[in-house]
Amino acid sequence: MSTTSEPTTQHPEIDPLTPVLSADWGEKRSWTRAVYETGGGYDALRRGLREMTPEQVLTEVKESGLRGRGGAGFPTGMKWGFIPQENPNPKYLVVNADESEPGTCKDTPLMMASPHLLVEGVILASYAINAHHAFIYVRGEILHVVRRLQQAVAEAYEAGYLGRDILGTGYDLEVVVHAGAGAYICGEETALLDSLEGRRGQPRLRPPFPAVAGLYASPTVINNVESIASVPGIVRHGAEWFASMGTEKSKGYVLYSLSGHVREPGQFEAPLGITLRELIDMAGGIREGHELKFWTPGGSSTPILTAEHLDVPLDYEAVGAAGSMLGTRALQVFDETTSVVRAVLRWTEFYKHESCGKCTPCREGTWWLVQTLKRLEAGQGEEGDIEKLVDLCDNILGRSFCALGDGATSPITSAIEHFRGEFEAGMHTPAWELFPYRASSVFAPEVTPA
Amino acid sequence: MTATQQPGKGAVEKSDLVTVTIDGVETSVPKDTLVIRAAEQVGVQIPRFCDHPLLAPVGACRQCLVEVPDAGNGRGMPKPQASCTLQVAEGMVVETQATNAKADKAQQGVMELLLINHPLDCPVCDKGGECPLQNQAMSNGRGESRFEGVKRTFPKPINISAQVLLDRERCVLCARCTRFSEQIAGDPFIALIERGALQQVGIYEKQPFESYFSGNTIQICPVGALTSADYRFRSRPFDLVSTPGVGEHDACGAAIRIDHRRGKVMRRLSGNDPEVNEEWITDKDRFAFHYARGDDRLTHPRVRDAETGALRPASWPEAFAVAARGLAAARAAGGVGVLPGGRLTAEDAYAYATFARVALGTHDVDFRARPHSKEEAEFLAAHVVLGGPDTTRGGRGATYADLEGASTVVLAGLEPEDEAGTIFLRLRKAARKGTQVVAVAPWTTRGLAKTHGRLVRTAPGEEARALQTLVGSGEAVLDHRSVILVGERLGTVPGALSAAADLARAHGAKLAWVPRRAGDRGAVEAGCLPNLLPGGRPVGDAAARVDAAAEWGIDSLPETPGRDGDAIVAALLDGTLGGLVVGGVDPDDTADPAAFRAALDAASFVVALELRETDVTRAADVVLPVAPTTDKAGTFVSWEGRTRPFEAVFTAPGSLPDARVLAGIAEELGRPLGFRQTVEARARMQQMGAWDGPLATMSVHRPAAPLTADQRSAPSGSLRMRLATWKPMLDLGSMQDNEKHLRATARTPVARLPHDVAAALGDHVTLTGDRGSIDLPVEGADLPDGVVWVPSRSTGRGVLADLASPGATVVVKGAVVEGDLS
Repeated sequence: MSTTSEPTTQHPEIDPLTPVLSADWGEKRSWTRAVYETGGGYDALRRGLREMTPEQVLTEVKESGLRGRGGAGFPTGMKWGFIPQENPNPKYLVVNADESEPGTCKDTPLMMASPHLLVEGVILASYAINAHHAFIYVRGEILHVVRRLQQAVAEAYEAGYLGRDILGTGYDLEVVVHAGAGAYICGEETALLDSLEGRRGQPRLRPPFPAVAGLYASPTVINNVESIASVPGIVRHGAEWFASMGTEKSKGYVLYSLSGHVREPGQFEAPLGITLRELIDMAGGIREGHELKFWTPGGSSTPILTAEHLDVPLDYEAVGAAGSMLGTRALQVFDETTSVVRAVLRWTEFYKHESCGKCTPCREGTWWLVQTLKRLEAGQGEEGDIEKLVDLCDNILGRSFCALGDGATSPITSAIEHFRGEFEAGMHTPAWELFPYRASSVFAPEVTPA
Repeated sequence: MTATQQPGKGAVEKSDLVTVTIDGVETSVPKDTLVIRAAEQVGVQIPRFCDHPLLAPVGACRQCLVEVPDAGNGRGMPKPQASCTLQVAEGMVVETQATNAKADKAQQGVMELLLINHPLDCPVCDKGGECPLQNQAMSNGRGESRFEGVKRTFPKPINISAQVLLDRERCVLCARCTRFSEQIAGDPFIALIERGALQQVGIYEKQPFESYFSGNTIQICPVGALTSADYRFRSRPFDLVSTPGVGEHDACGAAIRIDHRRGKVMRRLSGNDPEVNEEWITDKDRFAFHYARGDDRLTHPRVRDAETGALRPASWPEAFAVAARGLAAARAAGGVGVLPGGRLTAEDAYAYATFARVALGTHDVDFRARPHSKEEAEFLAAHVVLGGPDTTRGGRGATYADLEGASTVVLAGLEPEDEAGTIFLRLRKAARKGTQVVAVAPWTTRGLAKTHGRLVRTAPGEEARALQTLVGSGEAVLDHRSVILVGERLGTVPGALSAAADLARAHGAKLAWVPRRAGDRGAVEAGCLPNLLPGGRPVGDAAARVDAAAEWGIDSLPETPGRDGDAIVAALLDGTLGGLVVGGVDPDDTADPAAFRAALDAASFVVALELRETDVTRAADVVLPVAPTTDKAGTFVSWEGRTRPFEAVFTAPGSLPDARVLAGIAEELGRPLGFRQTVEARARMQQMGAWDGPLATMSVHRPAAPLTADQRSAPSGSLRMRLATWKPMLDLGSMQDNEKHLRATARTPVARLPHDVAAALGDHVTLTGDRGSIDLPVEGADLPDGVVWVPSRSTGRGVLADLASPGATVVVKGAVVEGDLS
């Protein structure tokens, strides 16, 4: 099936895109405060701090229906509401900018192009929860982004948006940009806190939840970059405006990141509920002469879907009903040249490498899964290997300490469900013979039609 | 203590109970109980590795997964739950592997995963036969592995310390060892490093695993990953016989387990006594047991040959007869002193106390083989004897439970980590729950820092005044929940023990004396003091003397207190005393080693009861070998006053306890003690019982005048400093002999100087006192001006023999001479 031949379901006159987070991305030097402010940047900050109480900001975000953009989709306003304000300890806001999931690439371009949007959101969110210290924990490998963020924070200090007595309102806030040291697990919020405190990043036992005892054992809100970056828009235009977009339970706009075998991969900002069919259309379709085979809705740890799911509305509920998870809306698209076994093995190798080692199922399970999958890739699988893989995943899923182990099993179980035949072929034929690897490369010129 | 609290507490506890159903059995447990422990209440053992009742829950191994069909709110939990981190809730329903197939599969799945990277070297592994992984793999695992891949391997083994070895491929990464080191011992020198399946226990090369409690990590390791250099490959658990015992290295009364095979102790483990040492012991109690196995062990009596003047082997009857003859003559020629030492069981101490009074007719008996004072003897008779949980005058003294529940604990003349490891662990536990530890000490030791303690910086000799002003100066807040612990070193500071007693009385605080040796407290109870008879009977009390004499079946006892240890030495030197009966005393532990040695020479007749050949036995006229703790039954009395009886590990008919030896001599003297065997001595001691009359009181002791700085000018490039000293737990003590791995984990001996002085004098100093000089590397500490600290027994023959008396002035000369330091 070729998506390009299908009629689009969208009315051509209505642009399905809603660039809010990405509104400035095309501007020259969009990362500077001057350019950001030209487009109304920091207006929300003025409105929020001068005209609204922290409770009102919190209520606005609650009513907007904003849900966490880091994958789990927990209502952001409700999370803020969990902060016990009577707790005498300081309150902290921590922004999870440790974007490391294979396929996920939304926070990185956002922080590259519009770091001030995040900074503005940080100030508003901190104000709402009465925090006077906020931390942005950025993936250390994306050094360029770290520098942009540091620059943006410095500019915000210069403009009086950070520091003591912000805009003369009496509100104080310090923001620290902290670079991680290269561990996927630090995207898990409690591991992130341990890492931020200077420890080795491993997930913490819950309870206590971070809202009660998070960073430095104090009440802490941890939000994804995109969630926080959505806050200025909500404060500026109101909860109703935000809620007018998206579906009934999944409100607002989000970044969809298309990668893989599409003509023009990239980020597309659209209301929740758009379908992959529409997005692929906007990305110029699957590469010439090929057709969709399988895709991930939200990064490698969400179960894969196939062409039959092209019209599933991409919101939390519908993707869940289709047997996967919306996750981070990292849409990795694979065409028919791709070996599922090979793709799944590469992801599993990633999880094996990134397993922190704390709990048995994830640590030992990924070690074992990789060895079995490698044999299947090499066509040296044995009778019972598939059943063993499925049972192994059953022994890991829901048994591990955090979601990393669960995520490691998703691609395997879903791939076996949809493409069992390819795994069976792994008992006699190497994957590279069934699917010559050069054919699926997006870089080799001889296989990429101009 | 517990008896008075329970009636009122019962009602409160009841309302705190939570009712849960586990595998169909309803049970009520205190709220906050973890499901894994609640299951134990109904007899269900859920397999586990990382879980340990004395460590904070971690939920890492995932072996203890259970199903929770109802979390107490009518809803079930969607996924299997780790029962080691899940607290019970009212109405909760739990199904374990016993009744739920899903829980059983979850556990089997985790077990299979644990085993994929675990070597099948059980036949050569020390843990094989007592291995939780092995046992639980049999009970909760599948018969055969489905894993056909490549196992993770590491070069093996690596030294975590000189004593502790790690076989990384066996490790299941439960983190018990690292959590113990961090949470319990406060020595986080091992940590998990790397990630995924390559995660491993690691060390930091700049901070060696120098922990006094490292052996506990071996014992709680649920696999054979951690082993000791001492025991590795020595034995199989199923060949061992276990006998419960009591630690003989300090006054803490730690419960230990002695594992032996064919008459030889192979290893020692911690016992489990929640009231005393919980499940932890010091490395000294665990590893130091080879001291009685060296070539210097005495195996048969010896007497000094009249013709050659040399010691020659003798039979027991001959030795008894020669000893009795010599002692009778010495008694007639002025008297005989008795120095039993501090390592005796209470029964043996009672034998010495009885022997002195009945056989020798003297109160010249003193167990204190170390610097001591008259004030200390009075303090022991007035404030220490008969205190404790097991004695008739309960309410005096303090217990481990008192420490754990204390508001404030004041330490004076005591460094618990070095001198009483079990107290240190309990103090750290208390401090983590809010107890304020205050130390009247010269510097902030690592132990004090680990108990988050506050230092009341005190130069040696100034402790009495520091205690007097402790509350007034706001350094400590004391109430009836406070405990004051005084160490034996405080006995040499005039007025200090009196000040501690006054302080306790003024604030209703508990007061306890913590000696260093296992037999010290028992010797106080047994009456091995010149002013004290058994059971707290004051020598100065006529009624007490009559009572004791009647019990012993003798006409009367001398009316005045006898000589203490120093006076006995002096009397031997000036010829007033003729003879000496000496037990396990090391001359270099005494206040003046040279004087003690001279006294041995001066004495007309010396009878030595010893385990090993020493300077004392070489000088003795009769040498009588006595049994080590493994060869005899007995009782140690802990610092709390708690009696800690133990049975003999081995039946060794030729190895006689001190009591039996003394009984033999007494019978030859025609003045039998009334007992021969340990059980008989214990019966007599119990029959004599505690004194029900008034206890002794202390005379007034005032602090000495403040010491002024030594005005004599020091040689150029050096300083005059006052000497502070005590013994670290691991040093050159003779009971750590033949333990090279243990000794290698001792802290490096250093001289501690005030930071500025340390910086000025360079990294090496020579200390010179009136008895000699010692060289030591330098480390800075927050010492008061003009005070230097050195370990007492980590170099040569120790500070007392080689340098000077504690509190004396020594000259400290740096390797780097940088002009005038004054």
